[in-house]
Amino acid sequence: MFNDRSPIYLQIADGIKNDILSGALKEDDQVMSTNQYAAFYQINPATAAKGFAQLVDEGVLYKKRGIGMFVSPDAREKLRSERRQRFFTEVVEPMLTEARRIGIDVDEIVQHLGAQR
Amino acid sequence: MIELRGVTVRYGSTVAVDNVDLELPTGKIYGLLGRNGSGKTSLLSALASYRRPTSGTILVDGVEAFENPQVMHRTAFVRDTLDVNDSDRVSRVLRFAGWLRSGWDEAYAEKLLDLFQLPSRKTVSSLSRGQKSALGVVLGLAARAPLTILDESYLGMDAVARTNFYRELLADYLAYPRTILLSTHLIDEAADLFERVIILDRGRVLMHEEAEALRGRGVTVTGPSAAVDAFVGDRLVLGEQRLGGVRAVTLDTRLSPSEQSGGEAAGLTFGPLSIQDLFVHLTSSSQEASR
Repeated sequence: MFNDRSPIYLQIADGIKNDILSGALKEDDQVMSTNQYAAFYQINPATAAKGFAQLVDEGVLYKKRGIGMFVSPDAREKLRSERRQRFFTEVVEPMLTEARRIGIDVDEIVQHLGAQR
Repeated sequence: MIELRGVTVRYGSTVAVDNVDLELPTGKIYGLLGRNGSGKTSLLSALASYRRPTSGTILVDGVEAFENPQVMHRTAFVRDTLDVNDSDRVSRVLRFAGWLRSGWDEAYAEKLLDLFQLPSRKTVSSLSRGQKSALGVVLGLAARAPLTILDESYLGMDAVARTNFYRELLADYLAYPRTILLSTHLIDEAADLFERVIILDRGRVLMHEEAEALRGRGVTVTGPSAAVDAFVGDRLVLGEQRLGGVRAVTLDTRLSPSEQSGGEAAGLTFGPLSIQDLFVHLTSSSQEASR
């Protein structure tokens, strides 16, 4: 979905959030530096730094001056509860809208989901 | 800090640069964008002290740059003419550059020669356009000058060479941070490298902003004509297209999440505008009337 932030800057922030949710990044783990991200994505380091600053603002990362960025102890729990809240509005609602548009009713969806269990 | 105060460059009755004021903090990568004849090369020539402005001053870290050996030692300006002796071999051009530049990194220059597959025994006059440009990039980057100015230094380079150029520019900037000004027409290719963007239009600064701010600045709105009309209201329209009953408009506006979700509920789709798209809309002359 289009957002008024830069796609790359979002990609970086989202990538780090996903790594925290999946457990690839654990609490108090150090994340890669701005320069490493800049070289990997081929972007200006200031762009990468903005992604990091956003994550610090959101409390996902914390900064140790002169050392680097680290994962906040409660980041995973926080991200999980945020994503869970957004799951129904951002994932389920659009799916239902599309289902209605093409004539799939809720029973059919429930049946399909039942088979996934 | 690099400061331009009221800088004007005039050729006879032609005004190439028109009373430009700019404050450029050092240590950033700047993208200088502008259409042909917008004054980019004239501005960069003045900035590099290759040309004395007709009026106005340029200060580098507080001191006047023109005819100032201290500033000139620390400035590298690469333009399409390369300013080297055509009959010299590449190896001699590099030796001369090393002699001229206190920050010259010979090993890095050799590495770049290899990367761009430049034969050091060839003379400059026998190089292709793309190879000449690559030589310019070698001269510009290996100088490690605190103020590095690259004026359309990709001319004639193939896609592989340009990719190498962008990669090296960024890697070397990360390792040796310095002020880099890059003028380009290939905006989409280079935009991610910029921290700030300066847009010149007919000799004047149309815009000087953080690249990140420009990325979120424009938006395209597509949907049924009536819904688009209602959404646009009295907002400034940069451009528009129609296909049957569908209307697509480009707006110079930053939408709030609620405006966007409201629009989506009305059947509209929103798309981001690249810096290149924004540039095209802002500098195409048909826009003049509505601005």
